[in-house]
Amino acid sequence: MLFKTRLKSIGVVAAIAATLLSSGVSADSGDKILESSCVECHDLKGAGPENLTELWALKGPNLSYAGNKYKQAWLEQWLAAPTRIRPTGMFYGNHIKPGTDEDVIKQESLVKHMALSASDAKVVAAALMHRKAKSELITPGAYKPGTISLRMGELVFDKFRGCLGCHQIEPGYGGASGPEVYTLGNRLQEDYIISFIQDPQAWSPLTFMPNRPLKDKDLQKLVHYFRALAKEKF
Amino acid sequence: MNSRKLKMVVASLALIAAPMAMADESGEDLYKTYCWQCHGMLANGMGVNIVDMSVQPRDHSDSKEMSARSDEELFTAIKDGGRAIDKSVLMPPWGGVLSDDEIHSLVRYLRELCKCGK
Ligand code: HEC
Ligand code: HEC
Ligand code: HEC
Repeated sequence: MLFKTRLKSIGVVAAIAATLLSSGVSADSGDKILESSCVECHDLKGAGPENLTELWALKGPNLSYAGNKYKQAWLEQWLAAPTRIRPTGMFYGNHIKPGTDEDVIKQESLVKHMALSASDAKVVAAALMHRKAKSELITPGAYKPGTISLRMGELVFDKFRGCLGCHQIEPGYGGASGPEVYTLGNRLQEDYIISFIQDPQAWSPLTFMPNRPLKDKDLQKLVHYFRALAKEKF
Repeated sequence: MNSRKLKMVVASLALIAAPMAMADESGEDLYKTYCWQCHGMLANGMGVNIVDMSVQPRDHSDSKEMSARSDEELFTAIKDGGRAIDKSVLMPPWGGVLSDDEIHSLVRYLRELCKCGK
């Protein structure tokens, strides 16, 4: 018994040493930036909102699972030169007002994202890739690479599944309450996309994307479509 | 009341309060969170998402149209989506996100919006 506990504690020490080694110096300075400049708007550890009041108050997407979600190359490039991804901000209800016909976006209420220097963007992107909350929701290799024509893809996304209602498939075309999908193929890991569509609320509690049951065949087609869209030059 | 009894009361109150705190969102707050995006802040079917939609969302303030629907029909439309009632796929199914209780609250709130009952 005594022997086993000792073995265990040796194991723990080894594990700590391994994490320290693998995180390296660069991720370390990235973490410092995250804790000092980003934590005011981004959840870096927590699971997400527990009620609607907390959902409405969110100031930025949850980054605790960034390493399961983003492509590192995209993070590096976006952090240095951020562009808008959600046309109506985090909780859309805070950024719209009734217009003469339909509700319109209060552009003045949307703030520009801070930009990092290229070298800071690099270390922060590396640090973000270490944040891997909710790994249990990912099935590695769930996405099987393949292709689909843009026309067929749009048919699935729009006519068959109604996703266009909330997402833009090119700048200015589609719904405004969800993130743009024409950059998804460059932005997000394919296995994450599959997992997110299957259960949006498991990743983002209480979020206002519906949970529509889809067959694996459709999920694969949708990711083929996002990859094809991301190759277009808009 | 002695302190032991008081403790027991407090403990059982906590037991009742915990699950309520999670599910007790009002129909109005649910509507604002999940329905405004398409049906609009004024519930008139004019949400921020509608510009490129091929079918317009229902105007929930239209008492004539809305009184033609029973509470059961409204419940099914919300829970299982447009397809379940031979309507557009653009009306999503919310059964995977909202509990039956929450959907009932939404149906009651829709009746307030249209000032019509059935
Ligand atoms: C004032 C609040 C605020 C601060 C500070 C802030 N962010 Fe953000 N961040 C946001 C918002 C809001 C978005 C969503 C932007 C959009 O969708 O257009 C966002 C989006 C992002 C995204 C893209 C996420 C996604 O899924 O769309 C990343 C990555 C990110 N921020 C990283 C950072 C980092 C790293 C820092 C610190 C260096 C930081 N942010 C500081 C508010 C903030
Ligand atoms: C009622 C509006 C709505 C509909 C309909 C909808 N979505 Fe979404 N979607 C959202 C919102 C809002 C988010 C952001 C969720 C979050 O991060 O909390 C989102 C996020 C996503 C993401 C992750 C993107 C990112 O940048 O984080 C994918 C992928 C996605 N949706 C695909 C789909 C697909 C496929 C469909 C159709 C089956 C669909 N959506 C239908 C609102 C919607
Ligand atoms: C992505 C956009 C979208 C969202 C979000 C949405 N709806 Fe709808 N809804 C529609 C459209 C479009 C129709 C019209 C369907 C038709 O007439 O074919 C509709 C129709 C309806 C109807 C009428 C069904 C009938 O019998 O004619 C009800 C009731 C309804 N929605 C309730 C809701 C509620 C409650 C919510 C929020 C939980 C909600 N909707 C969210 C798009 C949406």
